[in-house]
Amino acid sequence: MRPGVNRASLVFAALLAVLVPLSLLAGRVWINPFDVAASGPNAAVILMELRLPRAVLAVVIGAGLGAAGAAMQGYLRNPLADPGLLGIAPMAALGAVASFWLGAWLPLPLQWSLPIMALAGAGLGMAGLALIAGRGVSDGAGAAGSGLALFTLAGLMIASLAGALTALAITLAPNAFALSQIVLWLNGALTDRSWAEVWLAAPLVGLGLGVLALTGRSLDALTLGEEAARSLGVDPVRLLALLVAGVGLTVGASVAVAGIIGFVGLIVPHLVRPLTDRMPSSLMLPSALAGACLVLVADSAVRVLPLVTELRLGIALSLIGAPFFLWLLLRLRRGEV
Amino acid sequence: MLAAEDLTVTRARKDVVQGLSARFLEGEITAIVGPNGAGKSSLLLALAGLLQAAMGRVLLQGNALTELSVRKRARAIGYLPQTPDIAWDVAAERLVALGRLPHGDDGREAVEGAIGALALEPLRRRPISQLSGGERARVLLARVLAGEPRWVLADEPLAALDLAHQLSLIAHLKACARSGQGVVIVLHDLALARNHADRVLVLKHGRLVADGPPAEALSEAIIADVWGIAAQWLGKPGAEALAPRA
Repeated sequence: MRPGVNRASLVFAALLAVLVPLSLLAGRVWINPFDVAASGPNAAVILMELRLPRAVLAVVIGAGLGAAGAAMQGYLRNPLADPGLLGIAPMAALGAVASFWLGAWLPLPLQWSLPIMALAGAGLGMAGLALIAGRGVSDGAGAAGSGLALFTLAGLMIASLAGALTALAITLAPNAFALSQIVLWLNGALTDRSWAEVWLAAPLVGLGLGVLALTGRSLDALTLGEEAARSLGVDPVRLLALLVAGVGLTVGASVAVAGIIGFVGLIVPHLVRPLTDRMPSSLMLPSALAGACLVLVADSAVRVLPLVTELRLGIALSLIGAPFFLWLLLRLRRGEV
Repeated sequence: MLAAEDLTVTRARKDVVQGLSARFLEGEITAIVGPNGAGKSSLLLALAGLLQAAMGRVLLQGNALTELSVRKRARAIGYLPQTPDIAWDVAAERLVALGRLPHGDDGREAVEGAIGALALEPLRRRPISQLSGGERARVLLARVLAGEPRWVLADEPLAALDLAHQLSLIAHLKACARSGQGVVIVLHDLALARNHADRVLVLKHGRLVADGPPAEALSEAIIADVWGIAAQWLGKPGAEALAPRA
């Protein structure tokens, strides 16, 4: 009954311990672990100033997105829930984009206004979704059965509204620099990230993970349906507040430093679920660890792929994630999930 | 004792329960019956503290339910919803253990007791998707019993079950009542209410029409009045069947 610490978390923790050193060695310049200096004149700098912060950031972001996905699936009682698909990440991106656009008017430098706006966007998206879904001030009269379709549609609408506003921001971009920056945000990447981004994202994601961990038992109770959960003492308003804060922090912080990296929150809980007892609380920690593994592997892969320019991480994960989602839909239709 | 005092419950701007007063006793099975839309489920939700009273109040051992902490209420009152809507394909025993949530412990003994009482030992590791409707109903009742509540409130727990499973679940509910728990169930099947409940409440349009021993509350006159059908009870007491008059 210890929530979270289970076989699956040990498996993914061990995997992560193997993957982190491997990813440090992989890239355009391959580094010999036994003789760093022999790998080139700048090998030590590449390792410490380029690859290590990038790997740490991949772990931080992947952990946040994986756990946020697990929490959202638990809350929505729906294996198709995903922070990106349901508009949370697009809203965070819209916030980030708006901060470029509003840069001149905001009293803060971009390095502060951007993450704040991204977090606010994520929180707003999450709150909007929750509000439309009719939870929170529930008196038990809500239509529990219609939930799945309603959530999905509401999320898709939030996502497309955020997309439209982002497109508007692009067409109205105040200058060429802002334009290029906005476009960059739209496909997430970890290219050229430094320790500064790590220091920005890590505490926020860490805090978000802590908040999400508090939702475990309530999410477990939701397995029985909303009324049964409330009869077990779950406070829907508190749960919603924790979820909005936790998903907002983890996803908002990820988008703030890396742009939109989609599908991690969808794929990861799926891979992890069969290795656990399937309760949402058992899924949280292994999903964080597996998310870290997935983003780390994907980011190392795009770095190593022999392309003229580096494939953007966000694009790569969408290329994997969208077909995965379709496969999942097919399985759901056949009743295999 | 659980009591409703002049209770009015409003849902979607409609008074679904109107000025209802009733007392429920421990050690008894009280059945709430009535036609569709009579307010049975709403009354049960209000008794469980899950629907706010628009007027009046619900008392638990003399204290207003709204004055109790959520956790205390959750420990005292176990609620079994009508449609078993289980989100994840978890093992039966894991689902039963959810009943311990209000206590914040894993209450091994209570969980094992509930698993034993409902004869779930052979099924305990099976995922819920591999259980039949009757087995699932037993698992869900065990979930409620694992919380060791003073009150067991169940909304049509027998609805989707075949006769054998109905009788077996009723036997479990009777055992709860014998052990001192108060059992309040919403029932559609009047014969089950007449044969097995200690007391029956009849609702019509949100109002209490009859409250008493099954033979009185479910008399042929009241059935004619509330359901609008002429019917008669056939068979021996304790095993009666309701037959429409030709």
